[in-house]
Amino acid sequence: MSTVNSKPQLIVSDRGEPFAWAEEELRAIKEAMHHYPDARAATIDALKIVQRHRRWVSDSAIAAIAEVLQLSAADVDGVATFYNRIYRQPVGRHVILVCDSIGCYLTGFEKVYARIQEVLGISPGQTTADDRFTILPVVCLGACDRGPVLLIDEDTHFNVTPDQVSQLLEQYT
Amino acid sequence: MATIHIDGKKYEVDGSDNLLAACLSLGLDVPYFCWHPALGSMGSCRQCAVKQYADEHDTRGRLVMSCMTPASDKTYISIDDEEAVAFRKSVVEWLMTNHPHDCPVCAEGGHCHLQDMTVMTGHNFRRYRFNKRTHANQELGPFIRHEMNRCIACYRCVRYYKDYAGGQDLGVYGAHDQVYFGRPEDGVLESEFSGNLTEVCPTGVFTDKTSGDHYARKWDMQYAPSICQGCAVGCNISPGERYGMIRRIENRYHGEVNHYFLCDRGRFGYGFTNRADRPMHSTIRREAMAAGAETAVVVGIDAALDEVAGQLRKAKGVVGIGSARASLETNLALSELVGPGHFSSGWNQEQTRLYAEALSTLQLEGVKIPSLRAMESADAVLLVGEDVTQTAPRVALAVRQAAKTRALQRATERKVPTWNAEPVKNIAQRELSPVYILDVQPGKLADIADTVVIGRVAEQVRMASAIAHVIDAAAPAVSGLSATQQQLAKTIAAGLLAAKQPLLIGGCSAGEIGLVQALRQVAVALVKAGKQPLLSMVLPEVNTAGLAMLESSTREVVLRQLQTGEADTLIVVENDLYRLLPEAEVNELLGHVRYLVVVDHQLTRTAGKAQALLAAASFAEADGTVVSMEGRAQRYFKVYEPSYYQPEKTVRESWRWLHALKNVAEGAELTWTTIDAATAVLAEKVPALAQVVNVAPQADYRILGLKIAREPRRYSGRTAMRANINVHEPRQPQDENTALTFSMEGYTGPQEDSALIPFAWAPGWNSPSAWNKYQNEVGGSLRQGNSGVCLWEGRQATAGYLPLPAERPSLSDDCFEIAPVYHLFGSDELSARAEAVQERIPSPYVLMHPSVSPVAEGQQVQVTIGAVRFDCPVRYSDTLAQRCIGLPQGLVPVYSGNSAVISAAAGGAQA
Amino acid sequence: MSSALNRGIEARRETHPLTWRIAAAGGEAVQTLSAYEALEGFAALKKALTMSPEDIQKLVKESGLRGRGGAGFPTGIKWSLIPMGPESGSKYLICNADEMEPGTFKDRLLMEELPFQLVESMVLAAYAIGAQTGYIFLRGEYILAAQRLKAAIQAAEKAGYLGKNIAGSGFSFELRVHEGAGRYICGEETALINCLEGRRANPRTKPPFPQQAGAWGRPTIVNNVETLCNVPDIVLRGAAWFKNLAQGKSADAGTKLYGVSGRVNHPGLWELPIGSTAEELMALAGGMQDGLALMTWLPGGASTDFLMSEHLKLALDYDTIAKAGSRMGTGLIMVVDDQQDIVKVVRNLMVFMARESCGWCTPCREGLPWTLKVVDAISQGKGARGDIDWLKEMTRWLGPGRPFCAHAPGAMEPLQSAIKYFKGEFEKGIRS
Ligand SMILES: Cc1cc2nc3c(=O)[nH]c(=O)nc-3n(C[C@H](O)[C@H](O)[C@H](O)COP(=O)(O)O)c2cc1C
Ligand code: SF4
Ligand code: FES
Repeated sequence: MSTVNSKPQLIVSDRGEPFAWAEEELRAIKEAMHHYPDARAATIDALKIVQRHRRWVSDSAIAAIAEVLQLSAADVDGVATFYNRIYRQPVGRHVILVCDSIGCYLTGFEKVYARIQEVLGISPGQTTADDRFTILPVVCLGACDRGPVLLIDEDTHFNVTPDQVSQLLEQYT
Repeated sequence: MATIHIDGKKYEVDGSDNLLAACLSLGLDVPYFCWHPALGSMGSCRQCAVKQYADEHDTRGRLVMSCMTPASDKTYISIDDEEAVAFRKSVVEWLMTNHPHDCPVCAEGGHCHLQDMTVMTGHNFRRYRFNKRTHANQELGPFIRHEMNRCIACYRCVRYYKDYAGGQDLGVYGAHDQVYFGRPEDGVLESEFSGNLTEVCPTGVFTDKTSGDHYARKWDMQYAPSICQGCAVGCNISPGERYGMIRRIENRYHGEVNHYFLCDRGRFGYGFTNRADRPMHSTIRREAMAAGAETAVVVGIDAALDEVAGQLRKAKGVVGIGSARASLETNLALSELVGPGHFSSGWNQEQTRLYAEALSTLQLEGVKIPSLRAMESADAVLLVGEDVTQTAPRVALAVRQAAKTRALQRATERKVPTWNAEPVKNIAQRELSPVYILDVQPGKLADIADTVVIGRVAEQVRMASAIAHVIDAAAPAVSGLSATQQQLAKTIAAGLLAAKQPLLIGGCSAGEIGLVQALRQVAVALVKAGKQPLLSMVLPEVNTAGLAMLESSTREVVLRQLQTGEADTLIVVENDLYRLLPEAEVNELLGHVRYLVVVDHQLTRTAGKAQALLAAASFAEADGTVVSMEGRAQRYFKVYEPSYYQPEKTVRESWRWLHALKNVAEGAELTWTTIDAATAVLAEKVPALAQVVNVAPQADYRILGLKIAREPRRYSGRTAMRANINVHEPRQPQDENTALTFSMEGYTGPQEDSALIPFAWAPGWNSPSAWNKYQNEVGGSLRQGNSGVCLWEGRQATAGYLPLPAERPSLSDDCFEIAPVYHLFGSDELSARAEAVQERIPSPYVLMHPSVSPVAEGQQVQVTIGAVRFDCPVRYSDTLAQRCIGLPQGLVPVYSGNSAVISAAAGGAQA
Repeated sequence: MSSALNRGIEARRETHPLTWRIAAAGGEAVQTLSAYEALEGFAALKKALTMSPEDIQKLVKESGLRGRGGAGFPTGIKWSLIPMGPESGSKYLICNADEMEPGTFKDRLLMEELPFQLVESMVLAAYAIGAQTGYIFLRGEYILAAQRLKAAIQAAEKAGYLGKNIAGSGFSFELRVHEGAGRYICGEETALINCLEGRRANPRTKPPFPQQAGAWGRPTIVNNVETLCNVPDIVLRGAAWFKNLAQGKSADAGTKLYGVSGRVNHPGLWELPIGSTAEELMALAGGMQDGLALMTWLPGGASTDFLMSEHLKLALDYDTIAKAGSRMGTGLIMVVDDQQDIVKVVRNLMVFMARESCGWCTPCREGLPWTLKVVDAISQGKGARGDIDWLKEMTRWLGPGRPFCAHAPGAMEPLQSAIKYFKGEFEKGIRS
């Protein structure tokens, strides 16, 4: 006779490439789980950990995270798709987030935005052919006194002018 | 109770409810979307706004959501307030901005809650002039069609599917006006209760694909109050027919049994009634011109009766095998025809004892047999040897609700009303009332189980007996338990004792009387400990309980009559010998049969061998009474008359065939001309069934002098329906049998309390939400009372404890104990014949624990059980009790015996 | 590069509870524990641990501190609604550091420059409400703040200001930084709790309030960064002192971290007595840039009503600004200059609001995108007759109490005030 404790049924994706965890990813997720009274709370952490390692979160990653957190893929994907900063589609090596809220609007972000698009030859939501950049709009970055503001990867750039754009982007290879 | 004031009028209401529910219960119309009587309130759609005033002097008031506001004493509200009316109109206008204009081709059209609410709020002019957002749809399997563009984001689907039914593969994705409801990716919806989405969704996002494929508008179908034939639970259904074909099954509200929900077998398994190979007229085999050969000849009713009666008169002896999927009337008619000594249920001795034991256990003094509703209020559940998700699925859904009683308790402690669904969930988090499972494998309810104990039958019996002994030391003690086992028994016993309302569920699926008796020990112990446990026993078929209440012989007895030559004629009614006995045994048996009569609505293998095949009516074309596992006798009524569309179709209820045969054979007069006449005989002959005459109103029942209409008022096209046969519109078929009429002329709707409700409709309410109008209070009982009669209400005395069963001999190494495994789709005979269901039936396999399997997963093994031998691929399960072999019922050949010998098959790997 | 702080004023210990330490550190961030301790760091905590939690609650109530997250709810009253005593079980303290209200950049500064101050504030507040666990719910884009807070937490843990048995008091408190994944609605306190639990950040119904059933169903207090950062000095210097900081400019107490953005000469942040005026702020910000004049201004974020130049002299406090038909909100004023097209400004706000709707309730989910489309049409001169009346109707139907939470009503505030003050601009966009 044996006992089994309750475990939710898991949904494993049959779409997309097979998923293999990197050890650090798993370690980081398990670590995050300890910070909350319920492992579900580590969902966003887990998504961000995966995204940090793989740039974006694929269907198979959703299923794999669900398995680790003992949640359904539907739950994890519901969370992943709710938030602006979880990418469920491939993005380039560098993501340019352009604040398009009122502070930056008043200080002229539109010209900067247009310049970025012109330099890279892509529109918001698109990725350059060389996989280098993806452009996305982002809500107010909390630096309205120093707009226009860009967040490229982990670097915040303040008071950006259209003229600075080319030079700024060159830092990212 | 509370006094509330609505638009200047005073009402007494249940003060523990919310205002929306209170208004609806009072019969007042307030539009709503996100609220559902079974799901509670969450306040997101904002459709149910009303004006609330601080007191009688307040004239300004403020808009509140009625579903989120308690109906407490001295509440003053207005539904008619101008601002409230205007706001509600705006809400529908917003919902409509993105809703497509596809009502004319939408499978929800005509029974759509969104349509009803749009009309109710008065939104009739489109001001939105911009583009609509669009979504892609998903492929969700054979049952459900997905059309996301129609979504109004009421969140009901996810709340039902995840929170209510425990499904894992439906979710909500995205945000703002791009929220999307569906699976993480295309694929079959996995929940056994996915079909309820079609009714829970207030618009046409989730619609019934099996119905959509031969679609008819709700108002264009003919309905009858009916009972699901899928299992022994006895859910109430409302089948809809047009042009001589069942087009869909909708839930028929029953306050005690199924209330708003069915399982997918019940909803989508109706296709067997529409099969092209159904015997829709009777056939007799006659000598053909060429000597020796036989041909089946179509014969009319009278010719069939004459011929078969002649054969019966000639017979040395006649033996009849009835069926648990046939009505009481049919089984009685057969027994009357062949005589009780020659009538068999078709069950062998073991089964007969098993069902009798189950029935008598249920009737123990001190225990209560729960309706599904009662199960939902239990606060601890013990399931023994019964995978209810597969065998009595609607019970599993009830158990899922029982697991949530703890959440309701916690919410009440924090003064949060139980209808306030989201905070109830938040407060409880993952805490559940305890559910304990003893079985050969965990089953799907394991995800809500506190503890699952896996073991072979003997081990389950020991564990259950040990639990009984912990509860009451007077119960026989079990020796030789390990420390872990003792601890488990203690935990489970303590959980049951701590509960206000413990629920015990067992059943007959394992075919083991020991399991029934073991659960009985627990029940008796709980009674002795001062509890009044709920006790439920799952029975295999829709009328197993009814058949068990009739006098009948075991299969062995009647077959011996054939084998010894005492009888040479066999009548099989709505049964398939090949599902009862191994093939070789049936063939051998048929060698002894001079004349085989089969009365059935399906072309079974047995029917294929009949000399005379009499075309029986299925539940869709028949009146009949069945008894559920709750002991509730319920009647189903004929939905339509097939001969109206195709006069050559001459199906009759089996009981009519059998009664007529008896009378033709004996030259007597027909007395069972109506179902009432048949049930009267039943009541007289079987005292335990005396109440069957009260199960449903008799044929003379009228409302306002009217019969009950099977067709909605708007039923259209009747004059043209048969124009392909004859341009003269024939008279509608007449129903002399019952209080229903095959017509739209008759009583319809909720104004008068009706005991017969073929379909839900009320003025302004065309969707299933119309049931609100038929209830005492929304989500409560039907005003006329809940239909059916519970036959086992009177109790027998408690017999005390039984001695522990003898230990079974241990198994040799290549020998495995058979564990029947059930599949919602595939194990049930009738639904397995439905096309849509067939897509969901797994291919045959045998289930083994990897540690004992002689071959790798996917490879063939040879299974030998007595004289039965077959090859099958192995499927692994690491949660199956180790010395068991799981045999999927209905998918592998019929066997007889307790254990199987497994050897690696020569065939090798199979994909 | 951080925001310009207190340009033109002197921040002193006696008058600037939020920012004096930066001034004392020579305008630099106070990044080490020793530097913070040298500036009376953790003195308040040590003092608090000698008091009873109820006394601290009382002190905060008496101080008149009101929530700086936007709604201005009295902090002491909020705390007093949490169940206390041995039976109250596990409780949570959450710092709302989601700061996404367009126009708002005050919490960023407090966290980047004074991470220890927030840590101390949280331990103190947790002690006052009996919470064993705390989370700083930080928006994911505040990368520097995250680094500095995490470092501060680690240092505080090491020094025994966090963790088990803090400073030998028997009180234990665990603190974590939880980084969000971006959605404005996460700032709404109940949506925040859902997000923290790893769910979709839909707001929750109230009642039950978080104090009753919040994170993981347990009693929970959510406070804004700035709100919490006031607490240590209230404990150190007393309620009366805090009240007097307003210098009679307002019935409200304390100081406020005000800010100015838009095309002014020196945008930035200033800690001033609460009730200071926009005019004073404009003066500190050096006035409008050359060639520009003020057209209108938002007193405290994208979800407040526009005010006009005649309102510049009003005390920026909760009640005064409410009387003028707006809300103080976060108190960071945003100046719209006369070269802007007001309809396009409103359009920008509506893009934000429609996109950031959580999608839970109908009026917001369906109403905001429609509103945006109409404003957009008007901004392109493609408005239809009746559009302005329709927009006004929407401001009514999406107003407080109609949608599920305060997001959509917030979205309507700039719209309704823009129509009130600039109807002509809207009319220009209607096709005749
Ligand atoms: C849409 C919306 C966004 C909000 N965003 C924030 C925010 O970013 N930061 C914040 O402190 N409060 C925000 N709030 C207010 C919070 O709901 C809550 O009132 C506040 O965190 C309470 O803290 P306080 O009492 O200290 O002000 C927001 C409210 C709404 C309706
Ligand atoms: S108003 Fe409604 S849809 Fe908008 S953010 Fe609040 S709950 Fe979500
Ligand atoms: S039914 Fe009340 S808000 Fe949806």
